[in-house]
Amino acid sequence: MSTTEQNKSIAFSRRGFMKTTSLAGGGMLIGFNLFNSCKPKAEPTIDLANLNYNDFNAFIQIADNGAVTIHSPNPEIGQGVKTAMPMLIAEELDVAWKDVYVKQGILDTKNFKNQIAGGSQSLRGAWQPLRQTGATARQMLVNAAAIKWGVDASECSTSEGVITNAKGETLSYGDVVNEAALLEVPEEVTLKEISDFKIIGTEVRNVDIDKIISGKPLFGLDYKEEGMVYATVLRPPAFGQKLESYDDTEAKAIPGVIDVIKIGEGANKLLNHEKRNWTVVLSSTDKVVVIANTAWEAMKGKKAIKAKWIEESTLESTELHDQKLTGLLDGKNFTTLREDGNVNKAFAQADEILERTYESPFLPHNCMEPMNFFANITAEKIHLVGPTQTPEFVAQGVAAMLDRDPSEVHLEMTRMGGGFGRRLYGDFVYEAAEISNAIKKPVKLVSTREDDMTTGVYRPAIKYRIKAAVKNGEVTGYHVKEAAINSNMYGLIPNFFPAGAIENYKVDVANYQSNITTGAWRAPYTNFLAYAEQSFFDELAEVMKIDQVQLRLDLLEKVKGTTDERIQYSPERLQNCIRTAAEKAGWGKQADGVYQGFVAYYCHNSHVAEVADAVIENGMPVITKVTCVVDCGVVVNKLGAMNQIEGGVIDGVGHAMYGSFGFENGAPTSKNFDRYRLIRMKEAPLVEAHMIQNDFAPTGLGEPTLPPAGGAVANALKAATGKRIYKQPFMQDPEFWRTPEKEILG
Amino acid sequence: MPTYQVNVNGGTQTVDVSEDTPLLWVLRDHLDLVGTKFGCGIALCGACTVHVDGEAMRSCSTTLAQVEGKAVTTIEGLSEDGSHPVQQAWKEVDVPQCGYCQAGQIMTASAFLAKNSSPTEDEIKNAMHGNICRCASYTRINQAVKKAAEKIES
Repeated sequence: MSTTEQNKSIAFSRRGFMKTTSLAGGGMLIGFNLFNSCKPKAEPTIDLANLNYNDFNAFIQIADNGAVTIHSPNPEIGQGVKTAMPMLIAEELDVAWKDVYVKQGILDTKNFKNQIAGGSQSLRGAWQPLRQTGATARQMLVNAAAIKWGVDASECSTSEGVITNAKGETLSYGDVVNEAALLEVPEEVTLKEISDFKIIGTEVRNVDIDKIISGKPLFGLDYKEEGMVYATVLRPPAFGQKLESYDDTEAKAIPGVIDVIKIGEGANKLLNHEKRNWTVVLSSTDKVVVIANTAWEAMKGKKAIKAKWIEESTLESTELHDQKLTGLLDGKNFTTLREDGNVNKAFAQADEILERTYESPFLPHNCMEPMNFFANITAEKIHLVGPTQTPEFVAQGVAAMLDRDPSEVHLEMTRMGGGFGRRLYGDFVYEAAEISNAIKKPVKLVSTREDDMTTGVYRPAIKYRIKAAVKNGEVTGYHVKEAAINSNMYGLIPNFFPAGAIENYKVDVANYQSNITTGAWRAPYTNFLAYAEQSFFDELAEVMKIDQVQLRLDLLEKVKGTTDERIQYSPERLQNCIRTAAEKAGWGKQADGVYQGFVAYYCHNSHVAEVADAVIENGMPVITKVTCVVDCGVVVNKLGAMNQIEGGVIDGVGHAMYGSFGFENGAPTSKNFDRYRLIRMKEAPLVEAHMIQNDFAPTGLGEPTLPPAGGAVANALKAATGKRIYKQPFMQDPEFWRTPEKEILG
Repeated sequence: MPTYQVNVNGGTQTVDVSEDTPLLWVLRDHLDLVGTKFGCGIALCGACTVHVDGEAMRSCSTTLAQVEGKAVTTIEGLSEDGSHPVQQAWKEVDVPQCGYCQAGQIMTASAFLAKNSSPTEDEIKNAMHGNICRCASYTRINQAVKKAAEKIES
């Protein structure tokens, strides 16, 4: 978007999207249909006169004492939207943040649309609509006060919930809220100038902070209801196996175990339903369910089940995946996602060619809160409570599975103990619903760490082969080949940097269909592609005998003024990040014994540059610091934004260094944290975060800092040791453990 | 099933559970103290950390027999109103992202600082190394432990 669209006060027309309601107990409720409004040319499709507040997925409630409650529409997975989205409303409503109470909105499958946590898109989509909601409510309150005073509304101003007229008389929002609720919704309102923001851009604490630090029930696993029982699900231990038979004698003898049942039909039904099959692959086979009075008894019962599994399809291994992916890269069966010029010609005419292959394993999500969900299926309604990134989608799936109307589903979202993409999938919700439907009781499905790690929806293993042509000191050709398990990079990625910067450019993809379930994992595809490409650039700069930072700046220079509308990034903004990161990290001026690795990347609509610092300690390289510069437009909540940056970088470093996950005879090789290493305190580098100040609309921050981090580490390791690492996790690359060249040279 | 007396957060509770029931699940399922979290079940992530006679313990791998006659403190009992210096430091630094592991982090930090209220950087890192934060809020955990130490010292 151009700046002119963003940084001016603009009058917005929102006919058809706003509605106020007088509350029975006094006060007003103003609602806004966030997602309809995102379509710029959307026409009103709803009958305004017959709306109630449930037609809106973001709304403000102002009590007659002036108290403001903002219902936050989207699921909270730790990305901070439950704090940041209400900040947008409060800013334009012009109330003091301390007077705002935030509540998690629920899902209503009949009226609500697209309440989702994914792709780092929540704030980007909410930026204008939520501010409009606040500004509209503010204008109505001002109009009511103006009528009361007999003055023109334009003579009135507001601050922290108080309206002041030209004579200096004041009325609080609470004084006029009942009158305001009866007024017509203004056709147009003016948004604040960015320079007038009082809440946006400040440091606001997590709205749930007091509950988190004192251990109050917040998460799905904490939810309880009277008469609720617990269920654990025994699924096939290996992909490719299915249940043959089971003996539940010992399980049933365990005190507290109520029953043992078999499920699977419901999910099988969903498999054939519309486009839902991708979310229920895990659920598509018969499973044994242990029902017990407590979670522990249900877990114990599951261990006591004696099940026989038979082979249904190939029991795959890491070795097989490795062969298949290499075979694809060596083969000719690719789908071309973008092609500019003629790469083959560029390679034929090149002075120098660089070609490298990069490998990454599957990765489990490992949300700290294991998968769980509450379901109570009765003849009257379908009650679902728990952690899901896709409430609407799973609610509709459950309704379809049970042959019920989606309007019968009441789904409440809990705060989530991490998501990272895993809770986009509904398998555990469908299972909980199927179990409750079978036993006619409210039930909480609980998973163990082993369940989560061995029956996951993994990041797929991927290999990239990247080839570049250099002629007369210029990069003239660039060819990326992707070989992945099950599915390939999505359509926008081939238009990320360096697309547009190199005349002859091609992105080819191929995949191997595996029976192992794969899906979105924080920053899908780019979480590994960024490392591969940025590590490749580092080496390319060496071949070209040019500074790593300069190579990127030069390439971006060529994109300026492009008329190619497919190009997703801004060369100016990425250059700005690069220059800032180089300056902040002291690129080229580092102290003796500090070795730096540079990366720059664009994804999820944000621009990022990172510099990793490595030192040698006891003969081994250690990453001590990562400088991270982000351009994500206007920063809504500085405190939350910095947290996302710090966490994203360390998560990226951690998985690049240690994330190791494979398969043997169809079964995962790691089942818990004894054999799966996540980054911990001592390995976490210091993250120095900087945010570019500008007036662009906000873009994603939950994902964009993670992908480049692995590249920054790899490039810093190269600088420190002279060794290039082409395989994740770095700790498993034999090169990593070889004595550093610099050590040998002394 | 055997009956146990458990001293939790200053009060004695009686529970009937099988002898292998971990303290974690007694707290969560029997005593409704759900602030203590389940993460891995094998004492490797720290989400279930509580204090037993002031020592940080992994409640997922602790039986009731092991805590008989001892005082168990959970996050709910660390202070009545969230005013413990570690809780306050966590709030001021705004440590959490998803927040799930933070009760365990706070219990580890508070047991550690009770013994060493002027720790070095390395001591902090060693003390907190056993607690996984999947959101990787380690930078802030580190800052919050330092801030809490300052509060305790003053």
